[in-house]
Amino acid sequence: MADTAAPPVPHWVVDDIRKMRAYPEQPPIIPHSIEGYQLSVNSNRCMSCHKREFTQGSGAPMISVTHYMTREGQMLADVSPRRYFCTACHVPQADTRPLIDNTFVDMSELGVGHAGDQ
Amino acid sequence: MWERIKAAVLWCWRILSTPAATLSLGFLTLGGFLGGVIFWGAFNTALELTNTEQFCISCHEMESNVYQELTRTVHFSNRSGVRASCPDCHVPHEWTDKIARKMQASKEVWGKIFGTINTRQKFMEKRLELAQHEWARLKANDSLECRNCHSSVAMDLSRQAPRAAEIHTRYLLSGQATCIDCHKGIAHELPNMEGIDPGWKVPPELQAALEEEFPVTSHTEAEVFERLERVSHSPHGFMWAMGDIAPTLD
Repeated sequence: MADTAAPPVPHWVVDDIRKMRAYPEQPPIIPHSIEGYQLSVNSNRCMSCHKREFTQGSGAPMISVTHYMTREGQMLADVSPRRYFCTACHVPQADTRPLIDNTFVDMSELGVGHAGDQ
Repeated sequence: MWERIKAAVLWCWRILSTPAATLSLGFLTLGGFLGGVIFWGAFNTALELTNTEQFCISCHEMESNVYQELTRTVHFSNRSGVRASCPDCHVPHEWTDKIARKMQASKEVWGKIFGTINTRQKFMEKRLELAQHEWARLKANDSLECRNCHSSVAMDLSRQAPRAAEIHTRYLLSGQATCIDCHKGIAHELPNMEGIDPGWKVPPELQAALEEEFPVTSHTEAEVFERLERVSHSPHGFMWAMGDIAPTLD
């Protein structure tokens, strides 16, 4: 099999502007580069700005309140271990062409009635 | 015993203080000069040999821990092909500082002989302490080794992401923080960072001093000038326009 040259790594979107979520439960995407950020059992670079205690100083959005809950809904003082590895759900974006075209339609355009419309 | 040592010292002294009887003055001065040159050259060559990546990673402690981690970072491979090797960041480039650091490093020889970190486990246990030494060193010399390549004078803030530019203006250019405060773990993996505040957060003990120095409530003209003066005396010079530091003054 012939070697295939790797395509150049795309440039991350780094404009710090929050992107609209495609559906309410979508994990918000990261509008900045996280290149070289360490996320391990020892340290979590994301938390140094997005943790509740640091958000006033950093101006970063606080991680969602669900991240401070156990499975049973018990509130915790710090991020829940099951939510610790941010990049399991949250990823930065690059402006690239989709690999496969898709027919996603926002649910609000599907004729879903809004609460209070009746 | 004591008598013998005394006799030996006296004998040495007699030899050193007696004028040379058979050697010419020319031989002695020229020979001394040549000997000095050879000694100095050899000393510096040996010193420079210990100042290479090759030498550093000849110890497996360095080769299999910190070096492996470095190879995965931007300081090892990047789009412009500039590489920082161990001594670029860990040994001062100025001669006197370099010698001072080299003398400190004799403790590392001790550590090597007694196997202080000769297993991965031992290394991980000691990692926080070792990292703290480097953080303290870079904090004390205002991140000198970073600035050997990354000077704030040459930093084009307009080419940085707005967030980076703002933070650099607020903390770096104002002298409130130095590179290492925020950029820890850029070339190696971090130790357990529990309880270590992010660098942009000014530690409480400094906060008090800062507020004393620059009260946040009001800014008289005198305070602004005091601040400007402090900045102009900084070793990194006075390098921005009034408008740039304005955000730090409110």
